[in-house]
Amino acid sequence: MEMWFSEFHTPDVKHSIRVNRQLYSKQSDYQRIDIFETPEFGRVLTLDGNVMLTERDEFIYDEMITHVPMAVHPGIRDILVIGAGDGGVVKELTRYDRVRHIDLVEMDPQVVEACRAYLPGNACRLDDSRVHIYFENALKFIRRCESAYDLIIVDSTDPFGPSEGLFTLEFYGNCYKALRADGIMVNQQGSPFYKQDAEAMQRSHKRIAGTFPISRVYQAHIPTYAAGYWLFGFASKKYHPVNDLDAAKWLALNLSTRYYTTQLHVGAFYLPAFLEKMLREVE
Amino acid sequence: MGNMQQNKPSRPDQRRAPIYEALETFRQMRVVPFDVPGHKRGRGNSELTAFLGRQCVSVDVNSMKPLDNLCHPISVIREAEELAADAFGASHAFLMVGGTTSSVQSMVLTACKRGDEIILPRNVHRSVINALVLCGAVPVYVNPEVEQRLGISLGMQREQVAKAIAEHPNAVAVLVNNPTYYGICSDLRAIVKMAHDAGMLCLADEAHGTHFYFGDDLPVSAMAAGADMAAVSMHKSGGSLTQSSLLLTGPRIHAGYVRQIINLTQTTSGSYLLMSSLDISRRNLALRGREVFARVAAMAEYARGEVNAIGGYYAFGRELVNKNSIFDFDTTKLSVHTRDIGLAGIEVYDILRDEYDIQIEFGDIGNILAYLSMGDRPQELERLVSALAEIRRRYQTDGTGLLKQEYIDPDVVISPQEAFYAEKQSLPLRKSVGRVCSEFVMCYPPGIPILAPGERITSQILDYIEYAKAKGCSMTGPEDPEILHLNVLAKNPAE
Repeated sequence: MEMWFSEFHTPDVKHSIRVNRQLYSKQSDYQRIDIFETPEFGRVLTLDGNVMLTERDEFIYDEMITHVPMAVHPGIRDILVIGAGDGGVVKELTRYDRVRHIDLVEMDPQVVEACRAYLPGNACRLDDSRVHIYFENALKFIRRCESAYDLIIVDSTDPFGPSEGLFTLEFYGNCYKALRADGIMVNQQGSPFYKQDAEAMQRSHKRIAGTFPISRVYQAHIPTYAAGYWLFGFASKKYHPVNDLDAAKWLALNLSTRYYTTQLHVGAFYLPAFLEKMLREVE
Repeated sequence: MGNMQQNKPSRPDQRRAPIYEALETFRQMRVVPFDVPGHKRGRGNSELTAFLGRQCVSVDVNSMKPLDNLCHPISVIREAEELAADAFGASHAFLMVGGTTSSVQSMVLTACKRGDEIILPRNVHRSVINALVLCGAVPVYVNPEVEQRLGISLGMQREQVAKAIAEHPNAVAVLVNNPTYYGICSDLRAIVKMAHDAGMLCLADEAHGTHFYFGDDLPVSAMAAGADMAAVSMHKSGGSLTQSSLLLTGPRIHAGYVRQIINLTQTTSGSYLLMSSLDISRRNLALRGREVFARVAAMAEYARGEVNAIGGYYAFGRELVNKNSIFDFDTTKLSVHTRDIGLAGIEVYDILRDEYDIQIEFGDIGNILAYLSMGDRPQELERLVSALAEIRRRYQTDGTGLLKQEYIDPDVVISPQEAFYAEKQSLPLRKSVGRVCSEFVMCYPPGIPILAPGERITSQILDYIEYAKAKGCSMTGPEDPEILHLNVLAKNPAE
């Protein structure tokens, strides 16, 4: 018997993963949540039919969205994580002793419930005493925050679904206000390859660049995302993502990683020419 | 109980949608079209079909026996009108395809003839005064009270209406704007009684009040208050297609005469897209309206709380009610006073669209109105509130130079019709002081005239026009699109 999960990366490009069995399926108030067991990628979480993470390649995403800002800003103690109900981002952040408080704002409690049950590798640190989970709309949560965080990580789904509000000027402006004077915001910035994704990426970069004095983009290779090629935004009030990297200090922490290295950190900010041009167009 | 139910006259089944059903049947019959429209179910215009969709163009059809005729309804359109009348508690309902403008005009043209006086508030929509231009009736304005802090015109005060009726006992009707754009309601029941006691009709411009017929905790609707006619904008809160509307009439009005009046100006090719949208929307409201509008009101209440928590803004609500000029308030409306953050409403309106990709209904000198409806979701509301918070953080000023909106008492010199058709001349704006205007000047939206034909131009009015232009209000009405000139009567009438 053949069973495949397929996702359209564009109307004309389809990405398929062979499935052994479906472990979970539920329509929450916000989206459809599915978890599959697959031979190549292990367990796979999809929301509204889009791959959010797989056990096989989640480390790339979770390491790159966390260690890059953590290696730049030595004083990060209070962190706001938006989305990320699977727990992967929190899992990386809780490895730092200096982190004293993490607020996790996830719109959909069903995502957390499903991941606790079926993706324990990701959700394993959600019960850390420093982690405080809020199930509410992120725009509403952050409206009330002022100079409260050193780091905000925006781990959203794509900009065409329920996360649309997390790609808006009002949201980035609210993040700016919620950060301290040396704060950093890192967000998943989509893919620059396919046209519709690229346009959305440009729109959000324009809004971030118009909000923060420092706004740079870095990249990673993530096999199960569209084009296998993914971007992150690094927006900051003070720290430069490359010039202010303190590699020795980070290495002294002795954190073992599978993707992130301090050399890769620098390299990830070197972008292909077509992407540099796309970013320049909107800056 | 069962017997009592059976003895009641049978009410039409609100689950039905006769026009929609007839169109579905008609589509299945695959009738060969040798009639208009010439696109023939879209086959002849593939670009239009690709844009609007095959489903849509396949029901863009002409009047014919199985689909009835809007000019003289005898079958499915009549049934749809009967269902609408039942759903809205009216004696008769007319499906309208010329916007609520056509409903308002038919209402006025039914009530008034040339030279008749009609009592109305000055802050009416231009369609009302347009109707006076058409029929030659003379307006008797009841000046609305103005809320000093917000600078908005309120409802009609009972004493003012009584005074106007006493001073103009031969007037034929009282027209009430209920609710206003901002959701302010007058004491409609009392005004209906005053009008009827004086032998006058009571007409309601209910363009912003469709939902009043389907809410448990909403202001009284015109039909429930005993009004004789009401113009109901189904395409606003009712969810039907733009340009579709309803005209409702009470027991004192002769429906056949209203039909004749409507047919004076209505198209003979009524759009089935519009009519079926009225039919389907009426069904939705009749079956689910109460829960729908309870949800809209709850969203608006939530948004008011969130906007007021930002600071500086004032999202006003029921606390304004004074049981007279603000007899009641429509809680589904989300109006926000912006002057205290040092920005004109129109400035906030422009920033929302240009910077935040959020389009709201309108902004005037001191306020904005975000239109909430059955189509809204909490996540978009969060965006709106967050954007307002950001606008305050990024753009607030100390308010120097902001004009306070004031009600300008109009000096009506001659009737709108006389002024409109009189010999006129065009004068530069500032040279027109003291002359009688022969055209409209208004910000659109909301479309409430600053000047109407037949009114005297004052320097205060010109100051207001220039300020509104400078702040970016979209001005309409005059022949000169730049509004550097105004048409005035060539000769000032003898005082």
